[in-house]
Amino acid sequence: MARLSMVDAINTTLHELMAKDDRIVIMGEDVGVDGGVFRATVGLLDKFGPDRVIDTPLAESGIVGAAIGMAVYGMRPIAEIQFEGFMFKAFDQVYSHASRLRRRSQGLYGVPLVIRAPYGAGVRALEHHSDAPEALFCHLPGMKVVIPSTPAEAKGLLTASVEDPDPVVFLEPKRLYRLFKEEVPEGEYRIPLGEARMVKEGKDITLVTYGGMVSVCERAAQHVAGEGVDAEIVDLRTVWPFDIAAITKSVTKTGRLIIVHEAPRSFGVGAEIAALVAERCLLSLLAPIKRVTGFDVVPPLARLEEYNYPDSDRVVRAIHDTMQF
Amino acid sequence: MKFPGIYEELFYKALRIRLVEERIIELYPSDKIQSPVHLSIGQEAVAVGACQSLKQTDLLFCSYRSHAFYLAKGGHLREMFAELYGKATGCGHGKAGSMHLAAPEVGLMGSSAVVASTIPHAVGAALAAERLKKPQVIVAVFGDGATEEGAYHESLNFAALHKLPIVLLCENNGLAVHSKLEARQAYRITDQAKSYGLPVAYLADGHDVVKVHEVFSGIVGEVRRSRCPHFVEIRTCRYKEHVGPDEDSHAGYRSVEELQAWKSKDPLILNQELVAQYRPVILQEIDDAVEFAERSPWPERSELLSDVV
Repeated sequence: MARLSMVDAINTTLHELMAKDDRIVIMGEDVGVDGGVFRATVGLLDKFGPDRVIDTPLAESGIVGAAIGMAVYGMRPIAEIQFEGFMFKAFDQVYSHASRLRRRSQGLYGVPLVIRAPYGAGVRALEHHSDAPEALFCHLPGMKVVIPSTPAEAKGLLTASVEDPDPVVFLEPKRLYRLFKEEVPEGEYRIPLGEARMVKEGKDITLVTYGGMVSVCERAAQHVAGEGVDAEIVDLRTVWPFDIAAITKSVTKTGRLIIVHEAPRSFGVGAEIAALVAERCLLSLLAPIKRVTGFDVVPPLARLEEYNYPDSDRVVRAIHDTMQF
Repeated sequence: MKFPGIYEELFYKALRIRLVEERIIELYPSDKIQSPVHLSIGQEAVAVGACQSLKQTDLLFCSYRSHAFYLAKGGHLREMFAELYGKATGCGHGKAGSMHLAAPEVGLMGSSAVVASTIPHAVGAALAAERLKKPQVIVAVFGDGATEEGAYHESLNFAALHKLPIVLLCENNGLAVHSKLEARQAYRITDQAKSYGLPVAYLADGHDVVKVHEVFSGIVGEVRRSRCPHFVEIRTCRYKEHVGPDEDSHAGYRSVEELQAWKSKDPLILNQELVAQYRPVILQEIDDAVEFAERSPWPERSELLSDVV
């Protein structure tokens, strides 16, 4: 096994998947000659040529729309959108078509498309370079949304996303791209979509999270462990459709739930989880469900970003509140 | 400040922008600049020549590479530095950063990180000005990459169809991040604009600040008189990397000769006599603005939740 950063794990995975399946085509802005602004597609053009690694014009709606056309034709396109905030220009194609074509064709064909984009805050950009728009895509019937939390997870989840017969938005926490390395399995490695990961077992309180917030929750769990609180951490990794069975199983055990995400709170993923937990295991709850999230604001510049981006202190405070209820 | 002629005045304004950005480059490693920066160095003459032709009440809509237009339109230097520092006294209260500079008090209505996204806003402002019978001219500023976006074509069609008082200004530096224009466009920008019935001007040398001013003045005068849209493409060159303070010749997507060809006709490099004359007074102003940013307070935590709705 090799020790890789998340961006290197993604690059390696793309190399391996393309070598194995010649239906896979990559398209996006600066993905070829340049190798991507975050270097995720480095070397692919040299290895697979311009027919399979396509530098596109600046036209996000066109990129995703053309990728849909390739997908329904039988190819396996991977469209890269340079930053998550530029995806909104392609939202029409995702909302109106990618998510609907299986249904519209009465199941005759789907759209085996992966849209990759760097995701989220923590890199001192702002606005469109720091957005966390996952809930927008979760809200579309027919879409899957995946956000990895480690390099190895990125490999397994990207493989499953590319192999999936339906469209997947694959959001890569850009703060994690080079934050740390870990052992990444060599060769074929897939993590089934829709299955959560038990990051840490615990008996007192459940933290449900994903992406860049997993390590934040791990730090918070370490902190409260010193106070005798045993927190369980569930990494959703497939943000939608999420693993409700894993969540309810954990909450039934601990009786307490905090959902942690960097996206704005209102109408977010946390709200959906809270609703489902209330429907399915209300009587197991020993305290109100809490959410630690970004505020309902556009990601601001650096200093205010620190206030907006959930940190382990905020998670620890939420754990204290919940335990003391 | 008094100038002996228009060349000196425009030169001074362009030099001011360059020195401001060179200060940003100096400051960047200190980590005091809190925002990603897309520098205009090399493209100053376009902004200066264009804005010299505008009244303060004329409105400008820009892209993320807008330091030059912000300053040329009359935005305050202190508030710009404070914004780059993420301070509460910045033109966006320390929340907007370099990519979203705005100075509505002097007609800079906004800039955006999303390519081509402010062009329709300029068209809408022109529509409003027309309906309200205001004598303003509206200017949309965008790069060559923006012409590939759907919003651009929707906007040109709208402006042409409704005969709106707008100048569509394409700053063509031939690059989108690291992709050259030839790899991205099957059309010629001016030919394409002509297909919407727009009168089109083309300037091959974006360093010739007096020429930019003359051409742009003529166009603005025509739009003010006729209330009809015009299109102008000005070739220019960004000297620095797409985003950040560094050179990028090592990246291998453009030749050093290409860059050198532009630098060899850059008045701000060639005319060192005038540089020496104006530099001290400009540096003084920059020192003051940086000092202002340094001593300005950070935004309060409560600012995070302000101005949302």
